[in-house]
Amino acid sequence: MATSVAPPVVTVPRERRRRTPMQQRPRLWLYVVLGLGMIAMIMPFVWMILGSFKTTAEIRQYPLNFWPLEPTLDNYTELFVRLDFATFFTNSLVVAVFVTAGNIVFSSMVGYALAKLDFAGKKVLFMLVLGTLMVPGVVTFVPLFVLTANLGLVNSYPGLILPFLIAPLGVFLMRQFMLSLPDDLIEAARIDGASEWRIFLRVIMPLCGPAVATLTILTFLASWNNFLWPLVVATSEDRYTLPVALALYSVGQNAAEYGLMMAGAVVVVLPILLIFVLLQKYFVQGIALTGIK
Amino acid sequence: MALAHTAKPAPGRARKPRSRRSRQTVVAWSFAAPFLILFVIFMAGPIVASLAMSFTDLTTRDLRSPFGVNFVGFENYVALFNDSRFVRSLANTAVFVLVGVPLTMAVALLVALALNNGITRFRTFFRVGYYAPVVTSIVAVAIVWRFILQPDGLLNGFLGVFGITGPNWLENELTALPSLIFMAVWRNIGTLMVIFLAGLQGVPREHHEAAMVDGASAVQRFWNVTLPAMRPPILFAAVITGIGFLQFFEEPYVMTGGGPLDATLSTAMYTYDQFGFGNYSYASAASYVLFLAIVVLSLIQFRFLGKKD
Repeated sequence: MATSVAPPVVTVPRERRRRTPMQQRPRLWLYVVLGLGMIAMIMPFVWMILGSFKTTAEIRQYPLNFWPLEPTLDNYTELFVRLDFATFFTNSLVVAVFVTAGNIVFSSMVGYALAKLDFAGKKVLFMLVLGTLMVPGVVTFVPLFVLTANLGLVNSYPGLILPFLIAPLGVFLMRQFMLSLPDDLIEAARIDGASEWRIFLRVIMPLCGPAVATLTILTFLASWNNFLWPLVVATSEDRYTLPVALALYSVGQNAAEYGLMMAGAVVVVLPILLIFVLLQKYFVQGIALTGIK
Repeated sequence: MALAHTAKPAPGRARKPRSRRSRQTVVAWSFAAPFLILFVIFMAGPIVASLAMSFTDLTTRDLRSPFGVNFVGFENYVALFNDSRFVRSLANTAVFVLVGVPLTMAVALLVALALNNGITRFRTFFRVGYYAPVVTSIVAVAIVWRFILQPDGLLNGFLGVFGITGPNWLENELTALPSLIFMAVWRNIGTLMVIFLAGLQGVPREHHEAAMVDGASAVQRFWNVTLPAMRPPILFAAVITGIGFLQFFEEPYVMTGGGPLDATLSTAMYTYDQFGFGNYSYASAASYVLFLAIVVLSLIQFRFLGKKD
């Protein structure tokens, strides 16, 4: 930089910047770029919602019109009358509720043992949990189907639910959270003669609210969006979950019914989007606790 | 296993009376028992069984008697690698991962940097918007994207405003896989953005200040201060995104059916198709090839997470 420039003009902003280097003056162009990116991120959802109120003819007409000319609820009526989306919705909900409950109960129990108890085999158990954190459904679904078929559970709620009642990720999350709870509380309860089960239920669990909230959201979400296993094990319409029904219809005879499929996508996505916007801090907390979505 | 503690007592725990440890061992395993039983039946068991099955000739006809099948050695694996469709699916998956993961990371890092340093207002608003696709069902958004990418869809309509005639994205061999990659990037930016934002908050401010005093430009500070400090979250993000992208299945299932001419056939989809044909052992072998790639990535992640404790 030229040294001959009048000093005060140059140094004043420099001084200011040096004091708060991370808080540079907000740059307008960044807002513009982020805003355009935001539109790209949100546009598919906007298009989905608008499309769900259009007739297929209107979606397909060219040139496109953005807003529905004659908004109609026909797509939704058809979803719930001609196709049985109420059943699919119920199935998704039932499966997600049981899966979430199972994960909370079982993960908390193992998490407590791993975080607060000292026992033989602890390292091995933790290695098992860590080692299977990322095992995807595509590796296990074939033998799992053979097992389910032999148990006679194909196309049943237990068949949909049982394999997902536990997940290593939940154990990892609960353990990480419980590690941060002070040992003094437990020691005090032990001196008072409380059993480990009592300590777990009365001392530890009441403090685990944030972790349980995060686990609830992550598990419910994963179950709601789960596709491969329900696709494999639900063999008739009365056991389809929402993603299975939507996927099979979208590649089947309703493939060309754009409006109907958009409405179906709304039914799957919108409840989750609303929950997310309302509870977004817990979603982010999950990543902070485990480093994993 | 029960003798482990007598063999090498942990130094910090030497004070505790041994009787208490063995008492806690019983309690601890009773806490772990329900999880462990389900884990063995529905997770560990199938992982082992899948490998075992891949060396047999199990098909849908043997479903009721899975132990009455023949051992065939590596026959399934040999057949797999002689099947040009399987090899094609591996190549497609590799492209999906090798292009999609760095692209997602680059965009997510730019967004995280902008949100962390560049702007002061509307941060939560932007964060919610960029994260929203992560929480949605892939099946549902894949259907929406399929309509957006139709020849007469939203994207080509938008391009038409600028006088550009867009291709038939999903039915053109050249554009089908890139279209799926584009959608996957869109859906996964949010996760990495949040991981990177947390990482950026851990970069010591003094380092930036010191570099500024030395006259380093913003770009220089990014390369020499931010990036080195961000190595752990970047590695971690690469691993989890890589594992996720290796399994891509819903996108081709809903959007292209694996076509045109297998241009978007993924290994997971190939596995599912073989399962659908009733070739269970063959499908297991295909899934284990995929698993091998995931294990390699997991080992990196395993070491990484292990270090954090």
